Amino acid sequence: MQLRYIDEFRDPATARALVERIRNDAGDAPVRLMEVCGTHTVAIARIGIRPLLSGAVTMVSGPGCPVCVTPDGYIDAAIALGRGKEAMLASFGDMLRVPGKSSSLEKEKGKGLDVRVVYSPLDAVELAAASPDREVVFLGVGFETTAPAIAGAIRTAAVRGVANFSVLPSVRTIPEAMGVLASDPEVRIEGFLCPAHVSVIIGADAYRPVAEAHRIPCVVAGFEPLDILMGISMLLRQIRKGVARVENEYSRVATASGNRKAQELVREVFVPCDTGWRGIGVIPGSGLRIAERYAAFDAEEKFGVPVVFSPEKTACRCGDVLKGKILPDECPLFGKGCVPEEPYGPCMVSSEGTCAAYYRYGTP
Amino acid sequence: MCLGVPARVLEKSGAAAVVELGGVRREISLMLLDDVSVGEWVIIHAGFAIERLSEEEAEQTLSLLREIADATEIH
Repeated sequence: MQLRYIDEFRDPATARALVERIRNDAGDAPVRLMEVCGTHTVAIARIGIRPLLSGAVTMVSGPGCPVCVTPDGYIDAAIALGRGKEAMLASFGDMLRVPGKSSSLEKEKGKGLDVRVVYSPLDAVELAAASPDREVVFLGVGFETTAPAIAGAIRTAAVRGVANFSVLPSVRTIPEAMGVLASDPEVRIEGFLCPAHVSVIIGADAYRPVAEAHRIPCVVAGFEPLDILMGISMLLRQIRKGVARVENEYSRVATASGNRKAQELVREVFVPCDTGWRGIGVIPGSGLRIAERYAAFDAEEKFGVPVVFSPEKTACRCGDVLKGKILPDECPLFGKGCVPEEPYGPCMVSSEGTCAAYYRYGTP
Repeated sequence: MCLGVPARVLEKSGAAAVVELGGVRREISLMLLDDVSVGEWVIIHAGFAIERLSEEEAEQTLSLLREIADATEIH
């Protein structure tokens, strides 16, 4: 079956017209825009948007790769659950190679740790239901896009009475991080290209506080080439007009208010908390922890294995990359001690990490 | 990690549906959407339909893009 509304948003002639429109709107100095989301980072690198717009627009990559901003203490806690508590760990594939303080899930799996890769958090509930004599811990890593799926799995386990299922949560929210970046004088960005699927859940209006407080234009854009180019063009027009609004290019899926049913489920299962972002630090109110009512499904509570956040002392400059302060090749380890096959920092691990995208598709 | 894939709902039973993803039929959850009908296009993320795909909105965006393409002179 043909996929709907994919090819239409890849038309080369329209892409050329959009590049021309962006170049016509550009001023003498390149405009600095940040793509917040890792899926955008990969698409921009793969399509080759940076060289197409060089001199007119500088695209800076943001912290929107959930795997990259998950602290190493989280990996250590997951390994401790698998080793000490003999739990079966269920994870999205991206997490396996992320380095903790001393090891990764993949290395431990090679030594016998029981780690299963799942496509959906619901698959982890099924694993638990099928193995009643084992504890199954789902590694619940993600942003707002994934939070409802994790919440849905917890509620499903509660309704079905799957008591040997729990979640080690590592859920973060994007607008709070954008606020921190917008107020950082070293980051110096003039507009945000906002994530497509985070916005589907939280709604485009969720960026209004950031846009208004920091006078910074925000445009929600889809992940196809025309979506990204149109989003950039809309940002540029706002900057030229001197306005700072929230606009939505991805209106075929994302709405102003978002998916209310998903938001209600997230509010039922999670409560906001302060949380640490790897390489960035603690951002107030930027995390979601499991609510009291579902504490039986919170692996940290259930097994008394806390996730400890301690900033790392390392030559790896992922933190500055995640904040858009430097480009990956400005890090002394990039391409030397740190390559996708043997990653040193988290930005090189995930396929959506900024360093991995630059390494794979070349630096502009 | 926030990838979402468009898919058409082929079958539905309660809060579960069958969709085709990359040539493979897969069961997904409709827990996050009310009143989805067979034949509708939805966006799938991590085993859940997270939103409908509005054909009307898609056509509006495409017609705006076509206007830009027609109006822009390529040098």
